[in-house]
Amino acid sequence: MAVYITTPSPALPPPSNSVGVLGWMRKNLFSSPANSIFTLIGLYILFRTIPPTIDWALFQADWVGTSRDACSGEGACWVFVTVRFQQFMFGFYPPSEYWRVVVAFSLVGALVAWLLIERTPKKGLVGIFTIFCYPVIAYFLFYGGAFGLPVVETYKWGGLMLTLILATIGMFCALPIGIILALGRRSSMPIAKSLSVVFIEFWRGVPLITVLFMSSVMLPIFMPENLQIDKLLRALIGIIFFQSAYMAEVVRGGLQAIPKGQYEAAEALGLSYWKSMFFIILPQALKLVIPGIVNTFIALFKDTTLVLIIGLFDLLAVVQSAFADAKWIGYSVEGYVFVAAIYWVSCFSMSRYSQYLERKLHTGHA
Amino acid sequence: MSNSKKQFWWNNAQHRSLFFQVLLVALLVGFFWFIGSNTLTNLERRGISTGFGFLSQVSGFGIIQHLIPFDETYTFGRTFLVGLLNTLLVSAVGIVFATIIGVVVGVARLSNNWLIAKLAMVYIEIFRNIPLLLQMFFWYFAVLRTLPAPKQSWSAGDVIFLNIRGLYLPEPIFGPGFNFVFWALGLAIVTTLFISRWAKLRQEQTGKQFKTMTVGAGLIFGLPTIVFFLADASLSWNVPALKGFNFRGGITIIPEFTALLTALSIYTGAFIAEVVRSGIMAVNSGQTEAASALGLHKNRILKLVVIPQAMRVIIPQLTSQYLNLVKNSSLATAIGYPDLVAVFAGTTLNQTGQAIEVIAMTMGVYLFLSLSISAFMNWYNKKMMLVER
Amino acid sequence: MRKITWSIVAVVVALFISAGLAQASTKDEVQKRGYLQCGVSTGLPGFSNPDEKGTWTGLDVDVCKAIAAATLGDATKIKYVPLNAKERFTALQSGEIDALVRGTTWTLTRDSSLGLNFTGVNYYDGQGFLVSKKLGVKSALELDGAAVCIQGGTTTELNLADYFKEKKMEYKPVVFDTHDATAKAFDNGRCDVLTSDQSQLYGLRTHLSKPADAIVLPEVISKEPLGPVVRQGDDAWFNIVKWALNAMIEAEEMGVTQANVDEMKKSKNPGVRRLLGVDGIGGKGLGLNDDWAYQIIKQVGNYGEIFERNVGKGSPLQIERGLNALWSKGGIMYAPPLR
Repeated sequence: MAVYITTPSPALPPPSNSVGVLGWMRKNLFSSPANSIFTLIGLYILFRTIPPTIDWALFQADWVGTSRDACSGEGACWVFVTVRFQQFMFGFYPPSEYWRVVVAFSLVGALVAWLLIERTPKKGLVGIFTIFCYPVIAYFLFYGGAFGLPVVETYKWGGLMLTLILATIGMFCALPIGIILALGRRSSMPIAKSLSVVFIEFWRGVPLITVLFMSSVMLPIFMPENLQIDKLLRALIGIIFFQSAYMAEVVRGGLQAIPKGQYEAAEALGLSYWKSMFFIILPQALKLVIPGIVNTFIALFKDTTLVLIIGLFDLLAVVQSAFADAKWIGYSVEGYVFVAAIYWVSCFSMSRYSQYLERKLHTGHA
Repeated sequence: MSNSKKQFWWNNAQHRSLFFQVLLVALLVGFFWFIGSNTLTNLERRGISTGFGFLSQVSGFGIIQHLIPFDETYTFGRTFLVGLLNTLLVSAVGIVFATIIGVVVGVARLSNNWLIAKLAMVYIEIFRNIPLLLQMFFWYFAVLRTLPAPKQSWSAGDVIFLNIRGLYLPEPIFGPGFNFVFWALGLAIVTTLFISRWAKLRQEQTGKQFKTMTVGAGLIFGLPTIVFFLADASLSWNVPALKGFNFRGGITIIPEFTALLTALSIYTGAFIAEVVRSGIMAVNSGQTEAASALGLHKNRILKLVVIPQAMRVIIPQLTSQYLNLVKNSSLATAIGYPDLVAVFAGTTLNQTGQAIEVIAMTMGVYLFLSLSISAFMNWYNKKMMLVER
Repeated sequence: MRKITWSIVAVVVALFISAGLAQASTKDEVQKRGYLQCGVSTGLPGFSNPDEKGTWTGLDVDVCKAIAAATLGDATKIKYVPLNAKERFTALQSGEIDALVRGTTWTLTRDSSLGLNFTGVNYYDGQGFLVSKKLGVKSALELDGAAVCIQGGTTTELNLADYFKEKKMEYKPVVFDTHDATAKAFDNGRCDVLTSDQSQLYGLRTHLSKPADAIVLPEVISKEPLGPVVRQGDDAWFNIVKWALNAMIEAEEMGVTQANVDEMKKSKNPGVRRLLGVDGIGGKGLGLNDDWAYQIIKQVGNYGEIFERNVGKGSPLQIERGLNALWSKGGIMYAPPLR
């Protein structure tokens, strides 16, 4: 009887030099002589930088103490940061009122998380609360002056708290202005269109620092003499104008991405311009541009450091002013690293989130 | 109209849009009138002088880096020029370095070498997520401070010196007859350009290749050299030397410039790297495969297929990165580099007190720079598009 | 839609109306507001400096306190507005602050073309040089070719240029925005010399990593009378700020101190009685309470006290009185009589 083998014999294992750690290294690190050289250079750079950095920042570092005496000088002295931590976070905000800041930020954190996480109920209600009620609550928490909360003048605000306030308020107010500008730029009315274009191009064409100079130095000259505008508010006005121009361009990108059929369909239904925008076009466009909005927010968040040049004490400014303390001369690297770490963690996680959104939205519209 | 129902004027879309625009213009005029009248009242009441007369007043202060002759006897108008040129200098050099870094890192990011790709990624993620101002402070106050004092300068062959006060290079002094050399150089460059056009045309028509590179290099280096000897031009060097506390003579690259340039190039380079990566990724892999199926060499695929297509994606984004770099150079004021904002919107504003004029001029400059860069890039972009089709 | 339009119009109209309102005098405004807005530096030891808790102290700060004590009767009712050299005048011109006490030099240009008025001098200063001991320099005349760290937007920048030009010496100006950055760059060795008003040099020296390694050169290259500044055109307020300072100087001359001011109220000396508002014109001319000067001395102290406390023997700065001693003790501090 002839024996027919109906199943193919099992595949031989791949050659030993193409599997496992060795195979992976061969393929990804040493595929050609040039590549091998690059790999070796890369390894050398890593070897020269990583161990000393970790050693400096962690193993040799001093963590506990209350004064400069706690610093051994072998590695980083994080005591500098821990001693002044509260000031770095809250500026000159009175310590007895710190809880107000914490509550305000926790609340907004919870609200935003609610809106961002999928499958949470009553998003609409929470959204309306965030947009209309939260700003009022936050105002009274930060500034006080009602419900028995003592007033804390804005010049006492500082540190990370001020950075966050500038960035979030700047963003919050710039979005609606940006939407109106974007609609204006795509409008068929020639005057509205050209005004929007001029506004957008003007603010996008000048550096933020001159905008801040202008708002801090020139705004008071533009306003009636008896109209006092707080220094923080002036900086904010500048930031909002600046930011709204960038926002307008992001929103415009979204508007352009909506197929023409949507506009035509809305018109065919007899919807007015504003109705078709609010109920048909903008909801789609804004969803598309969320990653772009997050990216502009990251840029703004980093740019808020510039307010130190006009004399506001944001995180970087507070840390820098701490370097001038005679008791702590010579610990600037620790301070800079601390600030850099805060910014890096925030910006990196936000950019990851925006990439995640981009991927998610991308599959939906493929 | 046959419709018996009365038509209100606002039911007509055209009328409505006209009304809306008139209202807009009225609001705008009102707004500017409001600002203008406030400003005039305020200026008058506070006795602040106005007008651009201050530009011809003597400034009375010194500036450490000036590309055109300047000392305290020059006018405020001159400080404007000095600051502007310093801004342009750092922006131009910054754009070059940022582009180099960006392209190298962007390509490295796509390398098939795992380690190199990851290192590039780490570079990008670190530097673009930390505020530029912080990076500038870091380079200036934390890194450059490790350089030695002038007396302990590091030197290369006793002609180049590096210390905390800057990098000192020998300065060429062109003797008489040297302008012929410059003319020769210009001529050589122009000729090379013509040759390369001619060679391209000939190749398109006949398929014959011409070694433009070799000939061009020969011309550009050779012609000036020959003229140099023929014209009996003399070239001497002004070598920096330590006199008193500091080096004198030669060209000084001040550390403020270095710190600003480093921060700008590294920061913008990280963004450009991402632009380059996204540009290359945007080229469909089918294109590369098709090109290699045609038997093109790897380098030629890159040059003829990938890069031209990637450029279309890259250029608009690259433009905005360049614009950002120019605008970001204004942070110079924080570390003492005498750019336009530091010199003009800073010192000059303070000495004259004329905030409106000074800020308006400063903003005008940046606006002009931004608009011209984007206009140039739009033109270039259009050209690239046409070549494509 | 129309509703929105109308509300915008309403807001604009409201703004116009508010623009037309008459402007109140600074004194009334301060009293109505309940606190004084005082422009100070962003941090200069001895003159105006916030500590870890954000409490401001210094000679300039004490002048702010004196103004508040005179106007409001309470030296703590102050909002300090930290300003850098660039923004200080605009802040005052725009009304963001009521008085600027920030080591500002009294010059003709500033007094005449910026819409400002200087009310007096609270510290007679002069520009000097801080150098590292290692440099081995004994006089400013040896500074040819030096790199000089300097704060931008100040008169020092102009004086420096004048001085080096006059002495036919070269220099490299390295200009920064803030005292901190200037001191830090000098500390890092970016410059050979740091120049500023001498008073500030002593303060900045305490910010160096090795203060003992730096010395202040003997040369004083300029006159820098530093004083409080107010807006032009409000004479009542100008007088209050001027006399708040004069009262402190007068008090020192009379020997009235924070500690003995209550006793001194019973003094027979007519000058003292006038100063403390027991007799004489009191606060009528200024539109203040009669005890305005008493409040200043009680809550802040006399000039000698605030000097020693902030910059003199009672402070790390250890500055000698020098020119700032009373006219009767070899200085030039002189207050017109309070009568």
